[in-house]
Amino acid sequence: MKILICIKQVPDMESRFKLNDAGTWYSDQDLAWRMNEYDEFAVEQAIQLREQLGEAEVVVLSVGSDRVKETMKKALAMGADRGVHIQDDTSYEKDPFQIASVIAAYAGDQNFDVIFTGMQSQDRGSAQVGVLLAGLLGMPAVTTIVGFEYDDGKATVRRELEGGLKAVVKLASPALFTCQLGLNTPRYPTLPNIMKAKRKELVSLPMADLLKVEALTTTAATQFPEKKGGGMILEGDVGELTEQLVAILKDKTTVLK
Amino acid sequence: MKTLLIAESRQGKLLPGSYEPLDFANKIGAEAAMFLVGSESDLPHFDGSLYFAEESEVGEYNPEEHLRLILEVVDKEKPQLIVLSHSSYGWDLAPRIALALQVGQISEVVGYQDGAMVVPACNSKLQRVVQAQGEVTVVTLQSGAFGLDDEPAGTPTVEKLSVQADSKFEFHGYEEAEEGGVDLTKAEIIVSAGRGIGKPENLAIVEALAKVLGGEYGASRPVVDSDWAEHSRQVGSTGQTVAPKLYIACGISGAIQHLAGMKKSEFIVAINTDRDAPIGEVADVLVVADLKQFLPALTARLEG
Repeated sequence: MKILICIKQVPDMESRFKLNDAGTWYSDQDLAWRMNEYDEFAVEQAIQLREQLGEAEVVVLSVGSDRVKETMKKALAMGADRGVHIQDDTSYEKDPFQIASVIAAYAGDQNFDVIFTGMQSQDRGSAQVGVLLAGLLGMPAVTTIVGFEYDDGKATVRRELEGGLKAVVKLASPALFTCQLGLNTPRYPTLPNIMKAKRKELVSLPMADLLKVEALTTTAATQFPEKKGGGMILEGDVGELTEQLVAILKDKTTVLK
Repeated sequence: MKTLLIAESRQGKLLPGSYEPLDFANKIGAEAAMFLVGSESDLPHFDGSLYFAEESEVGEYNPEEHLRLILEVVDKEKPQLIVLSHSSYGWDLAPRIALALQVGQISEVVGYQDGAMVVPACNSKLQRVVQAQGEVTVVTLQSGAFGLDDEPAGTPTVEKLSVQADSKFEFHGYEEAEEGGVDLTKAEIIVSAGRGIGKPENLAIVEALAKVLGGEYGASRPVVDSDWAEHSRQVGSTGQTVAPKLYIACGISGAIQHLAGMKKSEFIVAINTDRDAPIGEVADVLVVADLKQFLPALTARLEG
């Protein structure tokens, strides 16, 4: 069995973002980078599936500048066997269709049985790449899974719907699954595994060799949202903040006597 | 401009979010036809063409057949825009439509400016203005970004679509959230814990504040996913939707899924170390503080 995990490196969402010079995306300066949260669940599920089957190869793939290799090493330290890095310093200018197309160009003749992706990225949040990739590879996709079991060539998954409802769906592999938060408990890489990961294969392929399609959407501009909330912001000493907040609650709400 | 609006049904009931694409079409001054896989007993109220297939025939999760039916309607109606909700149904189906038509998709639209769509990025701290190339575009709308002001009215002209039953997906029914637990919708005061509490032991200081206020404690998704709180305490689109008199969000950044579950609260206080956290958009008061210090101080002050 061959398993592919597609991951993305994203900035910490608590960062204070600035725009790049072109005004088309955030500036990549002074940011802390990490694995897209949804993808951590994808990596964990792939490792669990290999542990269950005993034998399987887990390949982790990411698109981006050389910086993303740091995040790929985390996936290798979690247990992926080898990494495929599609090198592109301007991957943020590519649209979901292009990203899915280059992954499909790599994966097309690799015969992956199961592919896991995050359900969306935390920075772009298009929720498109996984489904497009499956379509390009001609395999079925199920999105937003919060439960995964595999038995005898068939996966039984739980799709998260709104309001706490889940749909139980069964399908045969090859298939692609996009992973929702809470699917499992992603492991922390241990120190020995971090050391071991340094020796694992991580090859870089140039984007230009794989990209054969034009973008279908483009970012005209990136901007800060207009602040609508006219809420009050309180800052300062904890003791004073407490007094201020209690006074406001007494004044503005009916719940505090 | 012509639009095809994809309505949603679940377990035989039309989902209220189905009217959000209709409001969007109205606002951009476009003609609208609708598509629904649902139940004949609960059709959308609107004046126009409704392409309809019976849910019981198509199957509850059968995206390939939903896609096939939509492509049939697209071929007939030739819309420039195909509009879905950014929901578990919409984000699953939209890329399939876009790929089949070889056209672009713009996800989670919250507005439009100068012929382009505005979408959130980085947990709503940024916005992108996105343009699609080509004659046809698929868009999904952020839940709650659009919606009819008035009660929906009208009677559609129904055209029934014939269904092919074959599917790669076997649907094995629904699982409901566990019964029991807390009914947060009845609470007048809710103090909720988010990822910012850092570790499960700190839930106690959130609980203590809820207790002294005579309210209930709630939680955001990451806290429930980490098993620090039970699912019945989860506030948000996959948990409970609440509107208490006072909602205190502790260490909750304010992801759209959480806001959807609490933004109608009468008075909202947020406690967060990140001054730019999106929760500030809906909060009446944002206290920039470390909750580990602030919450015990507030609890002590209220006790005293």
